[in-house]
Amino acid sequence: MFAYVMRRLLMLIPVLFGMTLITFSIVHLIPGNPAKVILGEGAPAQAIADLEERMGLNEPLYVQYGNYIMGLLQGDLGTSLKSKGEIAQEIWPHLAATMELTFFAMLFAVIIGVNAGIISAWKQNSWFDFLAMVFALIGVSMPVFWLALMEQWIFAQELGWLPAYGRQDSRDPIAEITGFYVLDSLIHLDFERTITILKHLVLPSIALGTIPMAIIARMTRSSMLEVMKSDYIRTVRAKGGGQFLVIYKHALKNATIPVLTVIGLQTGVLLGGAILTETIFSWPGIGRYVYEAISFRDYPVIQSGILVIAFMFVIINLIVDILYKKIDPRIKY
Amino acid sequence: MKLEEKKNQLQEQNLPPHDDNVMDEEETEAVSPWRDGWKQLRKNRLAIIGFAIILFFILVAIFAPLFTSYSYDQQNLADRLHPPSEEYLLGADHLGRDIFTRIAYGARVSLQVGFFAVTGALVFGSLLGILAGYFGRWIDMLISRIFDIMLAFPSILLAIAIVAILGPSLENALLAIAVVNIPIFGRLVRSRVISLREEEFIMAAKAQGMKSGRVILHHILPNSVAPIIVQATLSFGTAILEAAALGFLGLGAQPPTPEWGQMLADSREFIQLAPWTLLAPGLSIMLVVLGFNLIGDGLRDALDPRMKN
Repeated sequence: MFAYVMRRLLMLIPVLFGMTLITFSIVHLIPGNPAKVILGEGAPAQAIADLEERMGLNEPLYVQYGNYIMGLLQGDLGTSLKSKGEIAQEIWPHLAATMELTFFAMLFAVIIGVNAGIISAWKQNSWFDFLAMVFALIGVSMPVFWLALMEQWIFAQELGWLPAYGRQDSRDPIAEITGFYVLDSLIHLDFERTITILKHLVLPSIALGTIPMAIIARMTRSSMLEVMKSDYIRTVRAKGGGQFLVIYKHALKNATIPVLTVIGLQTGVLLGGAILTETIFSWPGIGRYVYEAISFRDYPVIQSGILVIAFMFVIINLIVDILYKKIDPRIKY
Repeated sequence: MKLEEKKNQLQEQNLPPHDDNVMDEEETEAVSPWRDGWKQLRKNRLAIIGFAIILFFILVAIFAPLFTSYSYDQQNLADRLHPPSEEYLLGADHLGRDIFTRIAYGARVSLQVGFFAVTGALVFGSLLGILAGYFGRWIDMLISRIFDIMLAFPSILLAIAIVAILGPSLENALLAIAVVNIPIFGRLVRSRVISLREEEFIMAAKAQGMKSGRVILHHILPNSVAPIIVQATLSFGTAILEAAALGFLGLGAQPPTPEWGQMLADSREFIQLAPWTLLAPGLSIMLVVLGFNLIGDGLRDALDPRMKN
């Protein structure tokens, strides 16, 4: 197992290297003079020269890339052009906000998706199966941003059940410890606040989690149907195992592998979708951070934001790969 | 005719080993996989619904000017946020433009973006996939690693990065979507080519002295068509969704182009005053994507059941 994890970590190096090449090119592939594009038309020559100096754009490309990599290795993500702050420091609260949101979105997607898939397979061709699969089909085709807007309209504005914006009551901000507000409020033993924070999480998590939920439901169903046909399930049944036991104890375990793959891949969809969801719900996460940077042409923030999100995606897939091996020791690489 | 026969013959040769019963059935029916696939597809009710939805939007896109007396950028400021009525079938937006007209013209934009982005991704992806799969060695190494790296980014994020480089516009959004979809086709074709490369009929072709180009064109490509078609259909929906997302973020189509995602972004602030301005564009995106997904699922079941998992 240790050897396997080490090998997977080593395989990560070229991918990470390639990712930095792509994010590095974001500034350098800008047609024309990047400093001029960043400052806009009609910027004075002095300002352009200053910016080039500050961003190191005067150096030869390989020196710039070398500096970029050296910086990254030391945890330096560059300096924001807009706020002039260190991105590595600025990004942390945003990262925590996104991680909290994606965690709850995934929780929603997995709990509902896996169970809907199981029941669909269990009661194959029933009305539940039909309805669940129709919902799943619609869910897969749903534009995240439209779902988010519809949720805001119905549940926040018309019904007034849930808050439409932000992570918490902005008049009464939490004293941050970890940056994960649910956790922070629990540490403070302030359960009323926990409820408020959870309420803020509901709409964005559902919006973000719907597509993965639909895909997980479809995958679980087909993989359960496959497993339920196998001999060992027939044996469990012959031994008198009840339906519930057969499904949750025996079948689910073997149906998990393809489902896990989907969960890993869907995290990418989640992290990408976070940009849209966070923009709509004013969620102060990394997606919104990048989105705002785009409108300000704050290229160092765009570069680092994208790199950090892609890095998270790669790490999550690494964890999924390691989990495979744990669940199914037959897997060899 | 001759070519068609040859193609079918090749496809049958490439079918995975069946048990005897299945073989018998196929021999007695003696239908080509394509015709068999078409027969199955026609029986698939969901796929037919998908076809109907897409046909509807294609017709709307082509005949948009016939359905409406407005132009998509015609502003009637007196009728700002007019609710749906006889005059404005789906209401009017914040500049008093007829939403129905903009949806109809928007169908043109979305379908075109989907078509060109998928075609671009398909052509370049297939080319790279063939190069990697057929020639192997360092070419494969290089191309596959590039694909790995591209797939390490969530696709919409990579598209955003590309548009951030090139500047926001519909053309650049299209280009970005095409680029992020290249590795999907590339990997598919590569794995197909690798499995075909070892087949006897390819070796026979090579043994006859056929050049690589001819082997690829006449034997490998025709045998890879089914999975490519399925993927292209599914990607068509994804591409439209991605274009709408970029439009929504202000990185795609620019005003006054009637793009569905951008229409949603425009109407966002009027969600309380005029929710109908949000309904039609969102539903249109969803329906078109659903249509392509239904067709794609149907095609996959009919043409290439092995792809199912």
